[in-house]
Amino acid sequence: MSAPMIDLQSLQVAFGHGAQRVVAVDGVSLRVADGECYGLVGESGSGKSTVLRAVSGLNPDWTGRLSIGGTDQTAKRSKGFFKTCQMVFQDPYGSLHPRHSVDRILAEPVAIHGLDDADGRIDRALREVGLGPSFRFRYPHQLSGGQRQRVAIARALILEPRVLLLDEPTSALDVSVQAEILNLLRRLRAAHGLTMVLVSHNLAVVANLCDRLAVMNRGRLVEELTVEALRRGEAHQPYTRQLLRASQGYDRATADSFRDFA
Amino acid sequence: MSEPLLEVSNLRVSFPTRQGVTEAVRGVSFTLGREKLGIVGESGSGKSMTGRSILGLVPPPGRVTADRLAFRGEDLRTTSDKRLRAIRGSDIAMVMQDPKFSLNPVMTVGHQIAEAYRVHSRASAREAKRRALEMLAAVRIRDPERVYDRYPHEVSGGMGQRIMIAMMLIPDPALLIADEPTSALDVTVQMQILAILDDLCGQRGMGMIFVSHDLNLVASFCDRVLIMYAGRVVESCRAADLHNARHPYTRGLLDSLPRLDDNRRDLPVLTRDPAWLTDGPAAEAQR
Ligand SMILES: Nc1ncnc2c1ncn2[C@@H]1O[C@H](COP(=O)(O)OP(=O)(O)OP(=O)(O)O)[C@@H](O)[C@H]1O
Ligand SMILES: Nc1ncnc2c1ncn2[C@@H]1O[C@H](COP(=O)(O)OP(=O)(O)OP(=O)(O)O)[C@@H](O)[C@H]1O
Ligand SMILES: [Mg+2]
Ligand SMILES: [Mg+2]
Repeated sequence: MSAPMIDLQSLQVAFGHGAQRVVAVDGVSLRVADGECYGLVGESGSGKSTVLRAVSGLNPDWTGRLSIGGTDQTAKRSKGFFKTCQMVFQDPYGSLHPRHSVDRILAEPVAIHGLDDADGRIDRALREVGLGPSFRFRYPHQLSGGQRQRVAIARALILEPRVLLLDEPTSALDVSVQAEILNLLRRLRAAHGLTMVLVSHNLAVVANLCDRLAVMNRGRLVEELTVEALRRGEAHQPYTRQLLRASQGYDRATADSFRDFA
Repeated sequence: MSEPLLEVSNLRVSFPTRQGVTEAVRGVSFTLGREKLGIVGESGSGKSMTGRSILGLVPPPGRVTADRLAFRGEDLRTTSDKRLRAIRGSDIAMVMQDPKFSLNPVMTVGHQIAEAYRVHSRASAREAKRRALEMLAAVRIRDPERVYDRYPHEVSGGMGQRIMIAMMLIPDPALLIADEPTSALDVTVQMQILAILDDLCGQRGMGMIFVSHDLNLVASFCDRVLIMYAGRVVESCRAADLHNARHPYTRGLLDSLPRLDDNRRDLPVLTRDPAWLTDGPAAEAQR
């Protein structure tokens, strides 16, 4: 692989102290190539969001090595870092300020980074996510779930980042809006050569957008595979095979065959 | 056939707004036996309002009317608030779409489940705690003793959903209305939770309304499905036949799903037809 865009080595993240201490991420290493889309799947509570938050600089309490675009990163990130790497959050209802207009939500990062032509940038970002200029002065409660998620993506794109971290970007949306967002992300990736990490519970969503994926269980990365291998059902780890079976729909007997993996 | 659990006829829910009246539900009718009834449909189609109206939980200023709304023959439209509260939480339970808003933020989750049990069983505090811990383990919470003493903000989204399910199931309801009950769970835990609900339906004769965006899940889990569009049921079918549904809206929803066994990239999205606004299984219902 040529120099990876994201190079994460032995990431460890813990919460709490003493008897309450929980190791949420335990020695996760992964590399994502420039322009690649990488999926992260696994159990609820296995540490997927925590990995994204550490990479994005939102959580300063971690140990390990991280380099983005060839630059080593420490707990504290430079302003320039956030121009390179942006995150879209799990919850489209909670991640936009309810009393700020779309215009203000998009203008904020432009002002923070002291960039010029806020007007043109907002216009372009909205057009890019398929929202016309008429959406500029709406408030979040006047938008549908899919439109909110588009605004959240526009906010991440407005700084023209090279890396986009996406935490369950479609799980709160209905299936037709999910299709719209997946199509949009694919188009943006092709147009800008974006590198993406996509967290999702839905293996078919990951397969639609990603090239490779990693499977997490209890804070550890248990398996890494290509999407082609996933489609062919060629998973080696029992936990991954269990995930694949669970993705085929409900079956009472299959539910009984499931077990915990320590 | 024995008396149905729930009868709903011409249910309507509307909200007065500054721009006029929003009709969230426009004449929904169905009868529920001891079965798993799925409700699917796009966002805003009226799934949650249909579920909420059964228990009188439509938020103000929403207005609910129906020609019939009866639980085991008892008219829910005219029943007193006191009686409705008694029915809620013992005979009919509802798992709401957003568990964070449904849990009491200043009471530990274990205490809330134990209280839900004591309200209807008059068990001792000790017995209630034992049952609550059992229920937490049943919904696959890994460390029930530790989670028992947590407050709602200290648990993850997926845990919150399971805690709500535990709390709703502990009084042993005859009817469970579950609104996106497993949407924050990974697929394996989701399947295990559904197995618990399935057994309650199969073994204890519980009836269930299961609201979900996940068409594949509904097709494999439920017995029957209603497909909602703009406040109406445009089509209904046996869940196992959902993939052969005929209505172009239902077909559109099915086609927009990404699939593991198909590597087509761009996904088709819905193109809405104004005719769908007046479609409905009226003919079907009269047969
Ligand atoms: N702020 C926090 N304080 C304490 N524990 C936390 C905190 N944030 C996360 N955790 C714990 O860290 C673990 C990993 O959580 P994380 O949110 O990364 O899981 P996830 O894989 O994203 O799960 P989900 O699929 O449910 O979103 C969980 O056990 C969670 O309870
Ligand atoms: N307080 C309110 N005032 C006005 N309209 C409302 C109110 N609450 C809900 N609605 C409208 O009622 C309709 C039905 O809403 P409902 O919550 O039942 O949709 P849903 O099918 O559950 O959607 P989702 O899949 O997004 O949960 C929507 O168009 C919604 O905008
Ligand atoms: Mg998460
Ligand atoms: Mg809803």
